[in-house]
Amino acid sequence: MNPDTVPSVIRFTLNGRPVSASIAPHHNLVEMLQDSFGLFGARESCGQGLCGCCTVLVNGAAVSGCLFFAAFAEGADLVTVEHLASGEQLSPVQEAFIETGAFQCGFCTPGFVLMVHQLLDAEPEPTDDDIRHYLSGNLCRCGAYPEIVKAVKLAAQKLKSRNAS
Amino acid sequence: MSTAIGHSAQVGRSVPRLEGREKVTGRAEYIHNLRLPGMLYGKIFRSTVAHARIRSLDVSAAAAVDGVHRVITAEDVRSIVPDPYYGPVFRDQPVLATGKVHHVGEPVALVLAADPHIAQTAARLIVAEYDALPAVFDEVEATTPAAAIVHDVLRPAGMFPDLKHLEGRRNTNLHLDFKLRRGDVDAAFAAAEHVFEHTFHTRQVMHTPLEPLVSLAESTPSTVTIHTATQMPSVARVFVAALLGWPENRVRIRTALLGGGFGAKTYVKLEALVAIASLLTHRPVKISLTMEEQFFVITKHANTLRLKSAVTRDGRIVARRCEVWWNGGAFADIGPRLTQKSGFTAAGPYDIEHVHIDSYAVYTNLPPAAGLRGFGIPTLTFAYESHTDLIARALDIDPLEFRRKNILRDGRPQATGTPMKDAATEAVLERLAKRMNWDAAFDRGQGTLRRGRGIAIGFKASISHTTSVAIVNLFADGSCSLYCNTVDMGQGSDTAMAQIAAEALDITTEAVKVVHADTDVTPFDMGTLGSRSTFHMGNAVRLAAEDARDKQLALAAELGLPPETTPSAELFRKKYGMQAGNIIGIGTFNPHSVAPDLASGLSPDVTPFWMVGGTGAEVEVDTETGHVRILRLVNIADLGKPINPQIVETQLSGGAVMQLGCTMSECMEYVDGQLTNGSLADYKIPGMRDMPEYMENDYVDSRQHSGPHGAKGVGETATFGVSPAIVNAIHDAVGVRLTALPVTAEAVYRALREQHNDPLEEA
Repeated sequence: MNPDTVPSVIRFTLNGRPVSASIAPHHNLVEMLQDSFGLFGARESCGQGLCGCCTVLVNGAAVSGCLFFAAFAEGADLVTVEHLASGEQLSPVQEAFIETGAFQCGFCTPGFVLMVHQLLDAEPEPTDDDIRHYLSGNLCRCGAYPEIVKAVKLAAQKLKSRNAS
Repeated sequence: MSTAIGHSAQVGRSVPRLEGREKVTGRAEYIHNLRLPGMLYGKIFRSTVAHARIRSLDVSAAAAVDGVHRVITAEDVRSIVPDPYYGPVFRDQPVLATGKVHHVGEPVALVLAADPHIAQTAARLIVAEYDALPAVFDEVEATTPAAAIVHDVLRPAGMFPDLKHLEGRRNTNLHLDFKLRRGDVDAAFAAAEHVFEHTFHTRQVMHTPLEPLVSLAESTPSTVTIHTATQMPSVARVFVAALLGWPENRVRIRTALLGGGFGAKTYVKLEALVAIASLLTHRPVKISLTMEEQFFVITKHANTLRLKSAVTRDGRIVARRCEVWWNGGAFADIGPRLTQKSGFTAAGPYDIEHVHIDSYAVYTNLPPAAGLRGFGIPTLTFAYESHTDLIARALDIDPLEFRRKNILRDGRPQATGTPMKDAATEAVLERLAKRMNWDAAFDRGQGTLRRGRGIAIGFKASISHTTSVAIVNLFADGSCSLYCNTVDMGQGSDTAMAQIAAEALDITTEAVKVVHADTDVTPFDMGTLGSRSTFHMGNAVRLAAEDARDKQLALAAELGLPPETTPSAELFRKKYGMQAGNIIGIGTFNPHSVAPDLASGLSPDVTPFWMVGGTGAEVEVDTETGHVRILRLVNIADLGKPINPQIVETQLSGGAVMQLGCTMSECMEYVDGQLTNGSLADYKIPGMRDMPEYMENDYVDSRQHSGPHGAKGVGETATFGVSPAIVNAIHDAVGVRLTALPVTAEAVYRALREQHNDPLEEA
């Protein structure tokens, strides 16, 4: 077997649980999440880190899973879109996306949802311009951008009232 | 279980999308996600030249790579399909290139391996040698006598009578010449007080669904199942079965939610290749395209459009001549239907006595082109609404007044002779004027930032002649499934269809399970395209649900139970003595229409319904850079009665955003037939920061009398007016006329320099 493709086992935290996976050096994060864990929320589209469909949080920072070698996940804390809801309870961001109709085909939605979580962590009351700037690395071919801006604002309100109560 | 809500109020309610929870949690089902045990991944080796005979093809190095299961060539394909050409209108497209290649990116061989990386690596080891042929890329040049010929002989697929005369024709790239002749344009031009003539151009663009095309086939010796991201499960089955020479029932097409479609996932794309690869290997075979590969599969036409109008001194258009060249690329796909069906609206939504249209489908050595959200209408509207605006300006008539004078009113004959019916064209124009505050003063900017505004209006005939069938299945616990082949690719059809079924059955929309297309189970539908589903499938679903309801009422009467329209478990228990049995309702909808006459292009009833869309734009142009800021975009539609107002609004907004991309930035760039910007790094689709500062969407009060609950299609309507409204607004701002799309800052800046007699040198 070609030594470049010999699999190795890595250990990391995935959505709050310690896990291990057998990966080859050329595998990216999206492939590992799909093939080893059946998680399809991060998905490859443009393959160049330009569309945001493959977004995964690694140690709290959003990365493009299609460009991020799986091997670099060794010891890291990974969070995917599948971890945002607790059981049946959707996150305020997920609820806001549904209530405002902020998606159509849904293929880009997990990436947007993760980025909005990160945005609202950093800036609980973003302006329209903040939102447009922060989400400019995510593409939605269905053009749900106006509704996504509304969803971010609604999610911000939801989080605010939740934190107040 | 009881799902009764007593009084039905499902239609007209903004029901959140039924699949919303799946989508926001990343758990939605796409074919993209599907893997089967023992599956092989296919990677396609593609042509690197635009037009050539294949001298040799050496796959030995690829086949020798450790882990490669097999390499498939055209010869292998022929062992299963002796005549391996397909296409909905012309049988011109080989499953794998056979003898010659017709465009850069055409599939030549397929490498199969259990590991996609191995298949990809091996595909790079294939060597093809070519004997170059002269190539042609421009749609007008391709119709001249000296042009290179893309296909040696024309082979109509046999479904369409208006193509019979082209059978066997040689030495031509012209594969449909639709003609419409109404009145006497020559006499009208001879007598005209004013004549205006303009030429417009558009460039090839790509659908760019974010879920790239994907198909997975599994087979037994006598059956093949294709799991595929298709907008047309029924028709894909018809064509794959025809190619294999099998009855339809041995081919099964299954789909799931689609990650966008926009016209890209229609007819046969990867389905034939995966089916044949699976039959050859007896293994499941999956091909997932990359974003780059999608640019080689299907695109939207580049066009040249020439319009000439005769106009009276007081601004009445009396005659219009339209010549439209559609650059179909190397394979016809559905382009010739678009050439005809959109072609007959090329003179615009105006009441013009003398109309002469020539609409040409032309082969070139570019990747194939077909419908993209609007089926050619946004391109035609760009031309006729730019032309209309130029005429109004030349005659010093307000562009709104000029349109009012000439607008095609309900009851008046469209160019084909079909009287307009349920087309709220005037209402759309008036709402647009109102929302744009057209009569109010307008801030025209100052210094190097100049402001302008423009309007445009377009219309589209729904596709004809097509059929939809739906089945409603009531189960013995009173629950309900709806079987229909309309594919939800983001437009919200699952929700809308469930609303229509729920309305008839007097249950909540959420209680209806929509069964996704599986042609072993779900009945025929022509396809999810052309904004036809709400009208066609919506009517079929309504009929199916009413049929089920009537059967239930009949059963209740038979059993001596009170008449109850809501599905109930008690009926089944009483009838069958236990929780058993089904009530099945069927609905078929096949609206009347008459195809345009072969010689005149005329028809008394050319379409089941009309869609009307208008857009107004306010822009700010930076005269130092050519940069255009869209300050405001107003989209107005006639969509009949909305089934789901919230989803309808997102369809308008999404359609406008997509056309905004085609207007401002999207353009496939070529050098000698080689695509130079085939990735999202270089091909710019709209992002958050490209949105207009303000965008408003609205619809007029109207009703499609033949539609389900007064509704009709809406998926394409907001695309019609976007490009010309923006171009007209730029003219209004800075006095330059852009006659080609896209309207990049460079294009605007060049036009400004030319205006000052100081043209910029060509790059």
